[in-house]
Amino acid sequence: MADPEAGARAYDIVVGLEVHCELRTVTKLFCGCRNAFGDEPNTNVCPVCLGLPGSLPVLNRQAVEYAMAVGLALSCEVRPSLFHRKNYFYPDMPKDYQVSQYDEPINVDGHLDLPDGSVVGIERAHMEEDTGKSSHVGGGGGRIHGADHSLVDYNRAGVPLVEIVSRPDIRSSAQAVDYVRELRAILVTTGASDGKMEEGSLRVDANVSVRPAGSDTLGTRCEIKNLNSLRSLGRAIDHEAARQWDLLDTGERIVQETRHWNEDLGRTVAGRSKEEAYDYRYFPEPDLVPLAPDDAWRDRVRAAIPMLPAARRARLCQAAGVDAALAGTVVELDLDTLVLAAISAKADGRRAVNRAVNEVAADIDAARRLDPAAFTKLLLLEDQGKLTATQAKQVLAELLTAGGDPVDIAAARGFEALGDDALAGAVDAAIASNPAEWERFKGGDAKVTGFFVGLVMRASGGKADGKAVTALLRERAAAG
Amino acid sequence: MSAPFATAVGTAAAVRLGERTARQVVEEVLARVGVREGEIHAFNTVLAGDARAAADALDQRIARGEDPGPLAGVPVALKDNLCTRGVPTTCSSRILEGWKPPYDATVVERLAGAGAVVVGKTNLDEFAMGSSTENSAFGPTRNPLDTTRVPGGSSGGSAAAVAAGFAPLALGSDTGGSIRQPAAFCGVVGVKPTYGAVSRYGLVAFASSLDQIGPFAATVADAALLLEVIAGHDPMDSTSNPGPAAPISARLGDGVEGLRVGIVRELVKGVDADVEARVREAADALAGAGAKVDEVSLPTVVHGLAAYYLIAPAEASSNLARYDGVRYGLRVDGTDVAAMNAATRGAGFGAEVKRRIMLGTYALSAGYYDAYYGQAQRVRTLIIRDFDAAYEDFDVLVSPTAPTTAFTLGAKTSDPLAMYMSDVCTIPSNLAGHPAMTLPYGTGDDGLPVGVQVMAPALGEPVMFRVAAVLEASRG
Ligand SMILES: [Zn+2]
Repeated sequence: MADPEAGARAYDIVVGLEVHCELRTVTKLFCGCRNAFGDEPNTNVCPVCLGLPGSLPVLNRQAVEYAMAVGLALSCEVRPSLFHRKNYFYPDMPKDYQVSQYDEPINVDGHLDLPDGSVVGIERAHMEEDTGKSSHVGGGGGRIHGADHSLVDYNRAGVPLVEIVSRPDIRSSAQAVDYVRELRAILVTTGASDGKMEEGSLRVDANVSVRPAGSDTLGTRCEIKNLNSLRSLGRAIDHEAARQWDLLDTGERIVQETRHWNEDLGRTVAGRSKEEAYDYRYFPEPDLVPLAPDDAWRDRVRAAIPMLPAARRARLCQAAGVDAALAGTVVELDLDTLVLAAISAKADGRRAVNRAVNEVAADIDAARRLDPAAFTKLLLLEDQGKLTATQAKQVLAELLTAGGDPVDIAAARGFEALGDDALAGAVDAAIASNPAEWERFKGGDAKVTGFFVGLVMRASGGKADGKAVTALLRERAAAG
Repeated sequence: MSAPFATAVGTAAAVRLGERTARQVVEEVLARVGVREGEIHAFNTVLAGDARAAADALDQRIARGEDPGPLAGVPVALKDNLCTRGVPTTCSSRILEGWKPPYDATVVERLAGAGAVVVGKTNLDEFAMGSSTENSAFGPTRNPLDTTRVPGGSSGGSAAAVAAGFAPLALGSDTGGSIRQPAAFCGVVGVKPTYGAVSRYGLVAFASSLDQIGPFAATVADAALLLEVIAGHDPMDSTSNPGPAAPISARLGDGVEGLRVGIVRELVKGVDADVEARVREAADALAGAGAKVDEVSLPTVVHGLAAYYLIAPAEASSNLARYDGVRYGLRVDGTDVAAMNAATRGAGFGAEVKRRIMLGTYALSAGYYDAYYGQAQRVRTLIIRDFDAAYEDFDVLVSPTAPTTAFTLGAKTSDPLAMYMSDVCTIPSNLAGHPAMTLPYGTGDDGLPVGVQVMAPALGEPVMFRVAAVLEASRG
């Protein structure tokens, strides 16, 4: 029994996540119907995905390859596998059973490395078919209770899914969000998913429990469903953990149950409890044969996986000399190739990263059209002091919107960095005409630095480089 | 005993040569349907108009010099659990009321491609669950040889159609004997091919790991011809065997000289004495034709019936879940979806179907799976091993097809277990996935036909048919 006075600190949060990922195949898992989101209801259907009497499933090869790619990207063992039938009645489900992998999934025992260095175990990543979608019309406000009638769209029925089940290794809502963000990046990298949570391409269920701080035993867990965004995921875990803490604090028992996250209410509400759980009567799907990818097939799939986000981050950290968080941002923006191209042409790594994250990322659509050679050329101009930071940003903005050669753009705008002599002259002139401020600068008052830089800038018509001005001021002060 | 009606082989040859028109052939069988269908009730749907139109189209093609294929103008009856585009496919169940499939089963496409003419959809035990065709929601079929008797089941309508001359060929489905037992009762040839030899696409599933479509015919050669048309790989069925099917007809006359034939001791024991006597006579005939005949023991086959009545209902409980009133067929309204599902299924399924759904649901339930479904699968493995061992010493095995000749209507309807026993000799081949066929071999004390079963290892259809052909020729 927990001490009611101990408060929140007395507990740890334990989270395991189940992520349903719709595979981005051309056709559905067991038939030739289009796998597409947002089409007219019940247009992408056939006897197979409608479960009509007499129809039979045929496994989609591309779905198997995506599933293997997901497993390999998560360092799973890819194994011979079996499909089972999961039997329960639901109007969304044309056959009233779901074909899913049960005790012999295609991928087992992997792990996911998060950017912060933590590791989350992956128990399994198995294949299954998606269900259709119901909508409830009239009276019930979109809910089934009180609705006048229900409509079912089977376009989604039979869309291939991979369900990725983590081990209960996650210890905070922030880590859970990081996990899903990283997983999404991996799924997009492999080509298996478009990563669109808002279209239901990725759907997350969270198993949440709490336990006394430092304890090794797992508490009773609740499964939270319907988490359609990273924001919902984080909020739901925090809310659910707090709810469970409150129960334990007041000496109550946590009931194992399914709960639904209500984004509007900002809380989880009880669904099915374990006592009324379905008996799914799993048995091997007799209409399909066992799936046993040979080594050659698996190796081909492995070889086709592009570099994963973690490796891209590490590569960028090393090449640019920036920290993991900044590298993570660049990779997430998919700008690391651009940055690495500049670095390999001897541009300054940090500057390349900063320009990418700040200026290029501001117009990410334009960034996709940005010529890496022009970006590199611009950075080199800045590195060589031929453009000031301000000028470089203006040229880059034009490169993004209109393209072109940075040298031509700079020339057209009259951007030529001040020559060394002219700069020295402008600095000396500023010192001479402001003796009081100069004494303060020499006395170590850094606040007047900006005053002098501003004067030189105005005098040079913006062509002076701020850093060069500061360096020259320090040089003059040191000389007495 | 020669066939009382024109054979498929003869009809196809005559139509292809222009000696008879397809339309004449169709009119001939429709005339017989007109005379006897009222008392027999072989069909759920007679497709007289469609058949005439198809026959006329074939005749036009022949007139243009085209060859419509090996079944040119041959009438075929289809068990009413084979999907036919735009034509009701009822499975003899109320629950599929009003449903017309939007597609043809693969076998139906292949029949059309071979020039066959579909004359109707035949009656069956509801969802192929039964051994007498008395479990049809539309009333029983009667045995054309004695209308006080059942035709067997579940493909009783197809067996009766061939026996009555309504069509020289018919297709049925065999999950535990549903082709062979009615063929035996009606005195025709019935074949359950190797599992995977014939595509199941478009066969309304009863028990997916056991179901197999196969031919009914009056002669062994006709059955071979039909099997050759429907067999072969189908990309729509994942359990379909790869590659083309082995030719059968070309080897039919090869004889049995030197073949090793095993009489399965456990399947002969306990059958009626007259049935056993005919099987012994068949064995003698094979020995006389040069085969080496001996008895063989397959100790585990006696457990086949028990294993079957766990595996088949388990799969059926899942296969029949989709009849829920949501998308097609019968719907009985309820206060919510679950109530509607329950009311629909309560009203739409007959007693035997409900019994098997309950059996199967129980066998798969948490905590019982291992003791029932799991154990049944282990027995299935043992039976396969017994067969494998036997086929080291024998090329084919022979047994009775059913323990009795056709029984009278109503004799077993109140005793499901007695009815189930009717399939004791046929079930082991389904569990093993092996081919097996029956042909009539004399009559019992009641004057009704006795079926002799010939079994072969997987893909052993050619040798199985050779043996059947020798037996057919040896009949008095
Ligand atoms: Zn489809």
